[in-house]
Amino acid sequence: MSNQASTKPKPTQFYELRCRECHTPWGNQPISFCQKCFAPLEVVYDWASIKPLISRDEIARRGTTLWRYKELLPLPDEYDASLPVGFTPLVKAANLGDALPGGSARNKSLYLKNDASCFPTLSFKDRVVAVALAQARNFGFEVVSCSSTGNLANAVAAQAARGGFKACVFIPSDLESAKVLGTEVYGAQIVRIAGNYDHVNRLCSQIADKHRWGFVNVNLRPYYAEGSKTVGYEIAEQLGWRLPDNVVVPMAGGSLITKIYKAFKELVELGLVEAKNVKFFGAQATGCSPISTAVKAGRNEIQPQKPATIARSLAIGNPADGFYAARTIASTGGWAEDASDPEIVDGIALLAETEGIFTETAGGVTVASARKLYAQGRIKPEETTVLCITGNGLKTTDALVGRYEASEPIAPKLAALEEYLEQKLVGVYEAFGEARAGARGGVL
Amino acid sequence: MSVTVSIPSAFRRHTEGLDRFDASAANINELLDVLGNRFPELKPHLRDEQGNVRRFLNIYVNDEDIRFLDKDYKFAEGDDVTLVPSIAGG
Repeated sequence: MSNQASTKPKPTQFYELRCRECHTPWGNQPISFCQKCFAPLEVVYDWASIKPLISRDEIARRGTTLWRYKELLPLPDEYDASLPVGFTPLVKAANLGDALPGGSARNKSLYLKNDASCFPTLSFKDRVVAVALAQARNFGFEVVSCSSTGNLANAVAAQAARGGFKACVFIPSDLESAKVLGTEVYGAQIVRIAGNYDHVNRLCSQIADKHRWGFVNVNLRPYYAEGSKTVGYEIAEQLGWRLPDNVVVPMAGGSLITKIYKAFKELVELGLVEAKNVKFFGAQATGCSPISTAVKAGRNEIQPQKPATIARSLAIGNPADGFYAARTIASTGGWAEDASDPEIVDGIALLAETEGIFTETAGGVTVASARKLYAQGRIKPEETTVLCITGNGLKTTDALVGRYEASEPIAPKLAALEEYLEQKLVGVYEAFGEARAGARGGVL
Repeated sequence: MSVTVSIPSAFRRHTEGLDRFDASAANINELLDVLGNRFPELKPHLRDEQGNVRRFLNIYVNDEDIRFLDKDYKFAEGDDVTLVPSIAGG
């Protein structure tokens, strides 16, 4: 054996699974709960070994994808980083700030983390699936699967197609047609279940217990969930390596809000940002609000609900991380709010009309909840606040049916347009007329 | 009433490898007592020190989460009971 072979770099996995309750370590394997006490597992890291490998400058030299934070994620030594997932825009939202209670945009510091544009399937689920499939390959799974309210199915199907996995996804039967189509198109097998998400989820736990499939949000869940941390890393980096005062996060299973919290904590530990007491605010639909109900009642224990909301991507009545989400919110001095179906639709429209961003129902929940939090004074206008917009409105157009009327077509003649404007759009016509007069004046 | 309990694989090392167990019980509380007495190693995983069902244990009766059932729900003959440790998803 040559010396060169013996000096080949050794695997550098500075992470492993550990029980969130009894803290028993479980190495790295496709399991989601402690085999000793049955509490959930999460990934812990050897920060002392990781710290020398990463710095702001090192990160800045890397491509603008979530892989720029690779040392902070549970990735195997061999993984495909070619898919440009993540690093979505952080948008200053002056117009939305103006429209929300608490004073004008001039004294508001409001931002949107816009995962409505996440690659490849336009939701933050692309992040978690990217990490989960890296581990699915590592563990030798050929079939990848999930229980999904829609966005996750899209992300699993798309990335499985590219990665050469077979995909079989389980969804409630009442999902939006765009989310179903946006899974089928990638060639995934869809199993529609006559029941709500919680029925689907329970079934998937039972399937994962019996069959050797890579369920990204069951037996691969501890790894999968870590992908959500990249939302937090990006917010901090895009704010110039500083933490915001507040974040407002939509909650379904409750994982995302806990992972953004974890991300901020890790960045502080690594010395990449200064410590700050960030307040975490959770947003749910009133028709499925087990976590916000617990927070408002001053408890962490979750009483499950039967979902009845247009925000189907958040319609999880028995949230896996509900307890931890409620605890994160309470421990940071935050709060939780919820929004009715009409408020959700208004939230979608408000974001679109003020910032030109078309979000799905979950984003409507976030905007509507933020409006309440500003009105209650829980979020102060001058504080730096980030709203997490997690999905794209083109997937949930069903929610807007009836809000916008299709106009009658008119003849392709200028006279017909003039008549139309006079009848239908008086305000626009006046503006149009003024602009026309102004333009003429300019020419003359 | 006679009910059938489905045991997940993680619990089977405490149930002599059984994946199903037929028990006679009138309600959930009685069933947990029966299971705990029959399988002493499983007992601490069913209830916490206060006697409440453990936070991460989900119990279903005929597909319904027991938290949606009446507190004094009485089993019907042949009810299926499913134990799911630490629900995942989301």
